[in-house]
Amino acid sequence: MTDHDCSDVLAELNLYLDREMGEIDLARVEMHLRRCSPCLEAFDFEAELRRVVARGCRERASEELRARILEALEACAGEVERDEDVASPE
Amino acid sequence: MPFMDALYTAAVRMTHNSADAEDLVQETYLRAYRGYPRFEAGTNLRAWLYRILTNTYINAYRSKQRRPAETDLGEVENLYLYRRLGGLEASERGRSAEDELMDLVTDEEVKAALDALPEQFRVAVLLADVEGFSYREMSEILDVPIGTVMSRLHRGRKGLQRLLGEFAANRGLVAADDQVNAEP
Repeated sequence: MTDHDCSDVLAELNLYLDREMGEIDLARVEMHLRRCSPCLEAFDFEAELRRVVARGCRERASEELRARILEALEACAGEVERDEDVASPE
Repeated sequence: MPFMDALYTAAVRMTHNSADAEDLVQETYLRAYRGYPRFEAGTNLRAWLYRILTNTYINAYRSKQRRPAETDLGEVENLYLYRRLGGLEASERGRSAEDELMDLVTDEEVKAALDALPEQFRVAVLLADVEGFSYREMSEILDVPIGTVMSRLHRGRKGLQRLLGEFAANRGLVAADDQVNAEP
């Protein structure tokens, strides 16, 4: 394995983690990662960082917001659907 | 209502405040409801909702916003944060990436770093790394070519790493980086 292989693989890190690679390129990167622990470490770090970012900024919509939006959608739904609701209570 | 937490998450990062984010999410569902007859069966409902959210934000909210100071993205190398942590040396001490990052980055710092990114880079990182959209889906949501999506994402992620590195340095967790100007 040469440094040249490593720099090629590292240049494709984002495409790999984004799953934006064809099968042949994917297999080539995975073969390299199985044999090259420095590259594997770097890939692991980047993958974990994405998980940390995704988890870190999660917000939850409040129950009040859910209720408010439901109400607005119902108001928007019009008479026809409301009649149907009355006709079939269960 | 499907995807509400996810849409609200994106809305908070777009508008920077919960009141506007709530209005934006409500408006998105109402527009989606009214537009549903035009929704093409077989296309991606989640991507379609994000497209409505993004357009509503751009048209109705962005202009009235008092925007916080956005950082200059700067330019850092690939794997910036990893290298700043000492790269392989850290893992040779038996620490996993998960352990390293748990110490290094708090949820509040993730939010602050995202909020400091210029808007188009922030939105790209949100759609890809928080919501997991593909380049093609992002291209449709944002109505820009895939090459533009990739370039915004690439720069946005680097900017995010630079900011997270600065925050960690401010907490004394890593050495300050002389080559990067800490002030936005």
